[in-house]
Amino acid sequence: MVQSVPSPAPQTSIRIIGFLCNWCSYGGADTAGVCRFKQPTDLRVVRIPCTGRVDPLFVAKPLIYGVDGVLVSGCHPKDCHYAVGNLYARRRLEVLKNFLSFMGIDKRRFDYAWVSASEGQRWQQVVSDFSERIHQLGPNPLAGKGIPQPVQGPLTRAT
Amino acid sequence: MRIGVFVCQCGTNIAGTVDTEAVARKALEYADVVYATSYVYTCSEPGQQEIQRRIKEMDLQGVVVAACSPRMHEPTFRRAVERAGLNRYMFEMANIREHVSWISTDKEANTRKAMELVHMAVAKLRFNQPLFSSKVPINKRVLIIGAGVAGIQAALDCSDGGLDVVLVEKNPSIGGKMAQLDKTFPTIDCSSCILGPKMVDTAQKENITLYACSEVESVAGYVGNFKVQIRKKATYVDWNACTGCGECVQKCPSRKAPDTFNENLSNARAINIPFPQAIPKKATINRDYCLHFTRGKCGVCKKICPVRAIDYDMQDEIVTEEVGAIIVATGYDLFDHSVYGEYGGGRYPDVISGLQYERILSASGPFGGHIKRPSDGSEPKDIVFIACVGSRDASVGRPYCSGICCMYIAKQAILTKDHLPDSNCYVFYMDIRSPGKNYDEFVRRAQEEYGVQYIRGRVGKVYPRGDRLVVQGADTLLGIQVEVEADLVVLATGVEASSGAAELAEKLRISYDQYGFYMESHPKLRPVETNTAGVYLAGACQGPKDIPASVAQGSAAAAKIQALFARDVIETDPQVALVNERTCVGCLKCIMVCPFGAIQSKTLRDGSIKAEVLASVCQGCGLCNATCPPKAIQLQHATDNQILAELNTLCA
Ligand SMILES: Cc1cc2nc3c(=O)[nH]c(=O)nc-3n(C[C@H](O)[C@H](O)[C@H](O)COP(=O)(O)OP(=O)(O)OC[C@H]3O[C@@H](n4cnc5c(N)ncnc54)[C@H](O)[C@@H]3O)c2cc1C
Ligand code: SF4
Ligand code: SF4
Repeated sequence: MVQSVPSPAPQTSIRIIGFLCNWCSYGGADTAGVCRFKQPTDLRVVRIPCTGRVDPLFVAKPLIYGVDGVLVSGCHPKDCHYAVGNLYARRRLEVLKNFLSFMGIDKRRFDYAWVSASEGQRWQQVVSDFSERIHQLGPNPLAGKGIPQPVQGPLTRAT
Repeated sequence: MRIGVFVCQCGTNIAGTVDTEAVARKALEYADVVYATSYVYTCSEPGQQEIQRRIKEMDLQGVVVAACSPRMHEPTFRRAVERAGLNRYMFEMANIREHVSWISTDKEANTRKAMELVHMAVAKLRFNQPLFSSKVPINKRVLIIGAGVAGIQAALDCSDGGLDVVLVEKNPSIGGKMAQLDKTFPTIDCSSCILGPKMVDTAQKENITLYACSEVESVAGYVGNFKVQIRKKATYVDWNACTGCGECVQKCPSRKAPDTFNENLSNARAINIPFPQAIPKKATINRDYCLHFTRGKCGVCKKICPVRAIDYDMQDEIVTEEVGAIIVATGYDLFDHSVYGEYGGGRYPDVISGLQYERILSASGPFGGHIKRPSDGSEPKDIVFIACVGSRDASVGRPYCSGICCMYIAKQAILTKDHLPDSNCYVFYMDIRSPGKNYDEFVRRAQEEYGVQYIRGRVGKVYPRGDRLVVQGADTLLGIQVEVEADLVVLATGVEASSGAAELAEKLRISYDQYGFYMESHPKLRPVETNTAGVYLAGACQGPKDIPASVAQGSAAAAKIQALFARDVIETDPQVALVNERTCVGCLKCIMVCPFGAIQSKTLRDGSIKAEVLASVCQGCGLCNATCPPKAIQLQHATDNQILAELNTLCA
């Protein structure tokens, strides 16, 4: 089968955070790797149990602190390992998308997708498209604005 | 915390495109890292021993392994650190193979990315806490969904091992597709002769409870302790009384009901027993055709039944069963060949599916085993088989190979020649796929011994000429157009996921691929497990499969369950939500979102209301965690602080 390999995005120093649910998209990214589907290297994956675990804060804060893009990916609706987790996620993330502009963040820097564990090729496409979009937007203008960092790091808080 | 970092080279799998030495050196700069090294095969026995040695020597309190996917080896390394005396949750993995070395050849970018992934893992590990599982007893009963040959095999193996089995089949009889087949490749032994005894065994085993005409309504719980609701559909016949004598069927005046067992080549009565060897052999009323239900009068069967089993007022009934493990064996369905309008399936009565042809060949079939044309009952002389109808064709959304069609065409052609030695059989095929034991020899026999003519090429169209059919296609080996006049055309319709597969997957919380086949936990190493603990797969529900492979999987799934049940208790996963009562404000939003009812409210002595997680019910999704306004409820091992710590490293 002929398979179109998306041209890798140019390697400037861009950082993208990917929240991938353990059951579907993390597996999809693994499948893509096993199949050696070439992808841009900007993505840093955080493994979470379910997209429903994603607190909007996990998306907003890194973008405020200068990360260039955030991608959330989970199971297709109706295929959630926890039955409805991704439906909660979809509602939350949809609302969040519309709020990002109010925080001074270009909302194109955030997106979410559904990729199952078998869809290695789809994952390649999703990562390549999103990475390319962030490269076009360029580095996050909020980066290095010198926000004072608490001792533990900018994000963690006391329990 | 004293952290050790082990960067795996995975031979050259990782080291080929990642500078693992540099990653290890860099790791020494991260907070709390006291030891870092790169190792050739970390998962190997010596690799694991090396980790254990360093834990003791360097007094490590936490370990990071940067290697393959945690979905692959996290359990391996958790056990390794545990053997060295650490809590298994004081361990993190950075995936620098599937997510780094295998997806890019840019060594510099890869190395940078690997360093950052290690940094994230170290940062998270600094917030890890030892977690401890508790033990809950296992309910040593098995639910098997689907009673085709795979489900039957699994049921018999479990039963032989002394386990209680609950077998749920949606049709009135067990047996699945194999019960409809005439003979089976590659030995041409009679299908019902080899399946029949297994079906009878299944009915006679005391520790198998069979629910036919039933479907799974809902599934709750977790490995070791599932609670399953089963809907027994109303059959309008009291099966406890029915003896299967068939008097009612003989006398029923409504004769136009579809005969699904015979693939609608004949009609059935409104009250019916699907086939003579049916298990259970009980009558069922088809409401849509029963005159009592459609016209409000009749009642013949009620009058005639010698044991008064007919009950027009019967309702669906829900029963609850408790089991410790589940095997899904719901099989497959066949592609709807009318999608290919050019073949005329569904329009011309003498263009039929492979399964219809099995029924025609079968002695218990609609024509008593005589090969006749459905249109006029005449004996066909020229028979054309068309392969790959709904297989290996992306334009109809079926790019995969169904695996069984090449073989069953060869079988059917051989049987045709046995029945009608003067007939001519032609097979239009794309490639012959016959990789099983004795399979290729079988296809060769069809060609060489039986003189079946194989024509390599696609058929363009099938159209009537007089009372015959013209099959027009290409012979790509000779590079010519060919035209064959045929009396009967058999379409080798491909395998697709069984109807309702997706709905059942939702209830079981297992995954399926884009075609609806259930996903195994690992395509090579865990072929009958799913990603939901305690749920296993067998047979064609996982992908197209022939009988030997389906049986093997049925036995394999049963063996897995025997192993699971060899223990009396099961360790629960401690990665569950936990409420901090000091910060919980008692809003109970968490209760509203929890999909599993794992959270309760409780009232403290001072009258304040707090949430409380039932650890054995919590599945660890973290929905409550993201919902809780004061973040009082935290998912252990994926707390806010652990995730934020990972993100911190990227914000620097
Ligand atoms: C024309 C034809 C000829 C063939 N000839 C051969 C041959 O000669 N040799 C060979 O090895 N293979 C042959 N096969 C393949 C063979 O049919 C399959 O390998 C075999 O039937 C697979 O068994 P199974 O138990 O996985 O699925 P199935 O036979 O499909 O059984 C699944 C069972 O599950 C039930 N079910 C489905 N959904 C539910 C649900 N939600 N709840 C409860 N029950 C459910 C179904 O009613 C069915 O009884 C042939 C196939 C065809 C189409
Ligand atoms: S959502 Fe949080 S604060 Fe509200 S009851 Fe649940 S744990 Fe307590
Ligand atoms: S993590 Fe929370 S929402 Fe998810 S199952 Fe456990 S208690 Fe329920």
